[in-house]
Amino acid sequence: MNMNALWEYANPVKFSRTVSLVLPWVSVLALVSLVGGLIWGFFFTPDDFRQGSTVKIIFIHVPSAMMAISAWFMMLVTSLIWLIRRHHVSALAAKAAAPIGIVMTLIALATGAIWGQPMWGTWWAWDPRLTSFLILFLFYLGYVALWEAIDNPDTAADLTSVLCIVGSVFAFLSRYAVNFWNQGLHQGASLSLDKEENVADVFSTPLYVCIAGFILLFVALVFLRTRTEIHKRRTKALLARERLG
Amino acid sequence: MTLTVKDLTISRGGIPVLEGLNFSLEPGHALILRGPNGVGKTTLLRTVAGLQPPVEGEVQAAPESFAYAAHSDGLKATLSVSENLHFWADVFGTKGIQQALDGFDLNGLVDRPAGALSAGQKRRLGLARLLVTGRPVWILDEPTVSLDVASVELFANAVRAHLAEGGSALIATHIDLGLDAEVLDVGPFRAKPKSGTGGFDGLDESFL
Amino acid sequence: MISLLIRDLRLAMRAGGGFGLGLSFFLIVTVLVPFGVGPESALLAKIAPGILWLGALLACLLSLDRIFALDWEDGSLDLLATSPLPMEGVVTVKALAHWLTTGLPLCLASPVFGLLLSLPEQGYKWLIVSLVLGTPALSVIGTFGAALTVGLKRGGLLLSLLVLPLYVPTLIFGAEVARRGAEGLTTTTPVLMLAGISAGTIALLPFASALVLRVNLR
Repeated sequence: MNMNALWEYANPVKFSRTVSLVLPWVSVLALVSLVGGLIWGFFFTPDDFRQGSTVKIIFIHVPSAMMAISAWFMMLVTSLIWLIRRHHVSALAAKAAAPIGIVMTLIALATGAIWGQPMWGTWWAWDPRLTSFLILFLFYLGYVALWEAIDNPDTAADLTSVLCIVGSVFAFLSRYAVNFWNQGLHQGASLSLDKEENVADVFSTPLYVCIAGFILLFVALVFLRTRTEIHKRRTKALLARERLG
Repeated sequence: MTLTVKDLTISRGGIPVLEGLNFSLEPGHALILRGPNGVGKTTLLRTVAGLQPPVEGEVQAAPESFAYAAHSDGLKATLSVSENLHFWADVFGTKGIQQALDGFDLNGLVDRPAGALSAGQKRRLGLARLLVTGRPVWILDEPTVSLDVASVELFANAVRAHLAEGGSALIATHIDLGLDAEVLDVGPFRAKPKSGTGGFDGLDESFL
Repeated sequence: MISLLIRDLRLAMRAGGGFGLGLSFFLIVTVLVPFGVGPESALLAKIAPGILWLGALLACLLSLDRIFALDWEDGSLDLLATSPLPMEGVVTVKALAHWLTTGLPLCLASPVFGLLLSLPEQGYKWLIVSLVLGTPALSVIGTFGAALTVGLKRGGLLLSLLVLPLYVPTLIFGAEVARRGAEGLTTTTPVLMLAGISAGTIALLPFASALVLRVNLR
């Protein structure tokens, strides 16, 4: 696919039509892989020899944590596209992704607390990873609040985009600062390419299915919400023109 | 130092309000903008002054040639009249505020804090600022609000003197200043809704 | 640009409380802490660096919304935007004026507040070093937040919500310098990080502030 064909989706109508076409498929795929992955993970894997059955919360915790970060990263990319190429759909996609990112962050924090209680004996500790997620949550809140506070949609898109970029730099700095501030109790990443000590194979396959499910769910929700934002934007523009007469 | 506006379309709050504007302003001339309230005169002046980008078309002028004055005068209530003027003179890198004080009859108020001035006196101080900018093209949005008859005459004289020195002025106003100026009614340039479905083809991203 | 700085400082002085307000707030926070946690000097000495940094941060936050609000209301910002001053220069001068009226008095007064919280003797030097290095970053980041929210009706609360997460790295490293200094530990790494954050924000953030200010003016 050449680049021009890709940019055609920046047309709100073309985007909406395409979304209407693919959304049912993405939704069904998301549902199948989520239900399948979770059932597989919860009922057809053995208990961990140390952690018992609590380990199974990994099938929600890890994918939601990944999506919490990925959603912000997606917002960063779409914000840059808006600032450079001025495609409205890009800005609206960033706006649409933020609340999903908030929910993912909350799920990651909540499941982490539920997992941490039996493992570490505490619901909350100022561990670097936990703290970083809490800070990420605050960044999300500020971003959404800024969108809500501004009436003019183009102004809001510009300001939130700059906030997203500046916020990314500071979120990264915070991650480093928090690591420096407190070495924590959180175990290492459960999945990574360059490490020997990954999660055991019996767990990893259903985990991958769950991650795929969360990604598909995220894509479906972003599509749906972006289309809604486009319709809201068009309604607003039509109403404004009506008032002008 | 001619100001030229070509095929200008401007928008307010993301909605186009005026389109297809073409005019030019030669040194020594003034152009009066007229039109009903809310038609977009202020937006047009802000666009020409470079405070907001045009939707289409362009504004051609020498860089840093505009002095802009709008509804609010940018005065600091706790600074005196001369401190207010000196500040803007420093910012624009010009010397001396005496001419500005003379031009708007402010000599008796030099040490008065701007907060203690009447509305008309504040307005005169705000307009006197134009004289210390040293900029050739004045862009004025309803400059005569709250001025009495004598002050309007002072203002008209200041504009005449400015034009005589080779300056120019773009003024949105409803009253007759007694200037020898062209008049542009912006009413006919009101932006029309696009026909049909609103151009949803290709890469057009208009939400209308 | 110097004339803009002089004007802002003059306005701060004439308005009364321009310098004193943040400082008084800092004093009140410092006085209230022992009421909250008890008067034991060992406990106070332990938490003093963190409390002093939090107090300085909140005192900074308090005056942020005034950086652009008055110039926005009376139209000065429009006039500055059409003046020969570059917008990046305007926001830098605004941040500098904010630091001179808020950050600098806090740095100078901090030893007195340290005394109230029984800060150990070796901690004073590092407390002042950390504040001198860190408060400029607080002012510059705060100016960015003020530029984002200028002209919004409910700007004050939103400003805090936007700025506080951005303050996290500065707070962590600043308080760490003060804490390690008070405990007699080596402070090299956090001092370097704090200086790096300050230098980076002063060099880069004014471009973002100028950009959002121009967006808000149109």
